[in-house]
Amino acid sequence: MNRPLRRALSQSIVMLLLLAACSGGKPESAGKAAAVPDVPAYGDAVVEGSIGDISGFLSAVTSDAASHEAAGYVFNGLVRYDKDLKLEGVLARSWEVSPDGKKITFHLRRDVKWQDGAPFTSSDVMFTFQRMIDPKTPTAYGDAFKQVKRASAPDPFTFVAEYARPFAPALESWGMDILPKHLLEKYPDISKSPLNKKPVGTGPYRFVEWKTGEKVVFDANPDYFEGKPYIARVITRIIPDQATMFLELLSGGVDTMDLTPPQFARQTDTAEFGKSFNKYKYTAAAFTYLGFRLSHPFFKDKRVRQAIAYAADKKALVDGVLLGLGQEATGPYKPGTWAYNPNVRKYPHDPLHAKALLAEAGWKEKDGVLVKDGRPFEFTVLTNAGNEARAKTAAILQQNLAEVGIRMQIRTVEWAAFINQFIDKRDFEAVILGWTISPDPDQYVIWHSSMTGPKELNFVGFANSEVDKLLEDGRSTFDLEKRKKAYFRIQEILAEEQPYVFLYVPDALPVVQNRIHGIRPAVAGITYNFIKWYVPKALQKYRLEP
Amino acid sequence: MLRYVVRRLMWAVPILVGISLISFLMIHMAPGGPISVGTDLNPKATAETRARLEAYYGLDQPIHVQYWRWLSRMARLDFGASFSPDGRPVAEKIRERIPITLTINVLSMGLIFLVAIPLGVYSAVRKGSLFDRISTVTVFTGFSIPTFWLALLLMILFGVKLRWLPISGIASLDYGSLGAMGKLADRARHLLLPVLLAGFTGLAGMSRYMRSNMLEVIRQDYIASARAKGLPERKVVFRHAMRNAVLPVITILGLSVPDLLGGSVIFETIFSIPGMGQLFYQGVMSRDYPLIMGILTIGAFLTLIGNLLADVGYALADPRIRPE
Repeated sequence: MNRPLRRALSQSIVMLLLLAACSGGKPESAGKAAAVPDVPAYGDAVVEGSIGDISGFLSAVTSDAASHEAAGYVFNGLVRYDKDLKLEGVLARSWEVSPDGKKITFHLRRDVKWQDGAPFTSSDVMFTFQRMIDPKTPTAYGDAFKQVKRASAPDPFTFVAEYARPFAPALESWGMDILPKHLLEKYPDISKSPLNKKPVGTGPYRFVEWKTGEKVVFDANPDYFEGKPYIARVITRIIPDQATMFLELLSGGVDTMDLTPPQFARQTDTAEFGKSFNKYKYTAAAFTYLGFRLSHPFFKDKRVRQAIAYAADKKALVDGVLLGLGQEATGPYKPGTWAYNPNVRKYPHDPLHAKALLAEAGWKEKDGVLVKDGRPFEFTVLTNAGNEARAKTAAILQQNLAEVGIRMQIRTVEWAAFINQFIDKRDFEAVILGWTISPDPDQYVIWHSSMTGPKELNFVGFANSEVDKLLEDGRSTFDLEKRKKAYFRIQEILAEEQPYVFLYVPDALPVVQNRIHGIRPAVAGITYNFIKWYVPKALQKYRLEP
Repeated sequence: MLRYVVRRLMWAVPILVGISLISFLMIHMAPGGPISVGTDLNPKATAETRARLEAYYGLDQPIHVQYWRWLSRMARLDFGASFSPDGRPVAEKIRERIPITLTINVLSMGLIFLVAIPLGVYSAVRKGSLFDRISTVTVFTGFSIPTFWLALLLMILFGVKLRWLPISGIASLDYGSLGAMGKLADRARHLLLPVLLAGFTGLAGMSRYMRSNMLEVIRQDYIASARAKGLPERKVVFRHAMRNAVLPVITILGLSVPDLLGGSVIFETIFSIPGMGQLFYQGVMSRDYPLIMGILTIGAFLTLIGNLLADVGYALADPRIRPE
């Protein structure tokens, strides 16, 4: 149920922007429910729409968001992100980090049972750890666990992980779903075990059935250690088309989904819709940017990048692409979270200033186009095909840049080709892409100058010795204040250097049928307290056999 | 005849191997690979993770080794395990998609034949009449209209406004608790729109084909002589003309065999039907090599069988082209 963490784990969808993790907001339309006593009651079902089918329940081996969310109903990690995106214990009652930062000791809850009745102990944690580093496990998340020098379980309710050096993001990695040793140990490859299709976990819901391509059903776990969830059944319907899903919502076929900006702003803007649904709006954990290949002769010069930042009309982007449902980005962190620095250099839309900077960098206007050393300022921006928001972004930027005498061509490329032929081979001039923002602010792999090798993620080739140092400092201490200082400074440098022009942060736009009560929006979105959602007895729609 | 069939079947083996080889090379040449989904732009995946996953799926082997492994498995009719995280056998994944795809395709093809043949015949007989013109416009409207758009309009009308029919999916949420009749009715309600729509959009080809065949036949001398004998027009049209005009339809039937198991991605996506089209599309998008190869091989096999059936069927129906 811990969406932010699951998002962080399912980084393979990092650029798809199909997000729901969000921050502070309120229902858009306070639905006028009839006069019924608003007291929590057990029962009823919630039907969710999901664009993609799941590919398995063991999140160690899956990498898509739908699978990770499904796993979240059945499994727990030792830790999770709370409503304010701070780490809290789940299966771990508490934890302490040794003064040198190299040893994390987890104290486990003693009242947890697997859904088949077996007790949960530290041997399950040890087993999960061993499988994460086992080459027979096809996981993309093993690296954080390989940093562990020594793991031990001194007693059934204590687990200790020792690291060679202090590594702050390590804590987050223990949010990985803990697997039942007694059910899995006889399978050398957990992805081929029956549990990947019929999971047994410690979580708030028990698995009932999975009809491939159709639906996944869960029932409330009455023995859940944080209390039995009110909603008796969760049904995830797989509806691959966004428009169809919206019609299902209108006809009562699904209770909750994520809306697109046009659906949110226009298609649901009726009194009729407001009678049955509550819309929510939060800052999504993602941003879209224009990235440069920094070794390119045009973009080597910081002034040129800054000029493009001034030329880009970010407000027009938010209004045009997101219909106002988002905000201008100033850096790679989510506004409102502890690592976000609001006081960095900003680049308001100012074509004159942009022109002045370009002139300073030696670009002279000739017939409406800038020229330097006989070469016109012309380049191609790449983005992935099929992403409407990015295509619109490119079109608006094209116009913005034309105003200051820069000719930008737009080319869209199929996703796999885009990554493999252009990004991986560094064969691009500029790109429009996005990142999801993981709750832990460690962005070493994106900005550190050592991460520019093949397939590595600093593909723009950013190299700044101060940022390198700060990134190293930020990940090697558990002290929040020290980390905050490092990441604040990094944001200042990035804002000054503009290796990316940070464009916008979209809003996540979930909608929920208004018979469902108990939703308390927070920085983390709305689903963090799903087990406390309820439908008052009189409003219950689905009658379920107990 | 038997020898002809046996020879054709023997030829099918090298053709199948050839098709599979080309397919195999093509999908391996496509950018990205099975592990891209999990590791591309994934800040948590290092080079080591990638190497480990490649070894896990055998992608670190040279391509001819990979093909040989696949082919030798295939020779034992083993489709292998999917590269998707669920690691399920490809054969199982395909098998669970076949019933719904087959049902929809048989129903919509049946509907098309049922409507298109009389429509084509009547249009030909009354060529240039008001009926002919209206039916021409109607079938071409169906042919040209974007399926997804019409589907959405029908969903809004019957699902949201009138609430007569479910919008998408193939079963209601309470399907499991219904009786046998209830289940049948529920399935029928879910399939009504998809089948009607598939029928409507597929009508043009068949009815035009039938119409032009009929026009061809009706100009023949033997029709003139049938009329000259004084036969009633009904007998001329149905007994003499139509039987000859329907002959080429056998070819179409044979060539439709692979379509029975092929699903349309757009169609299945818009109606949330878990059929073969979606399975194949997802397989391609995630570069699930064993799954793609499995579906392509079945498709190639059915195409070859369909061609053979068409030739044999035609030969049986038309003595003039019987093979020696």
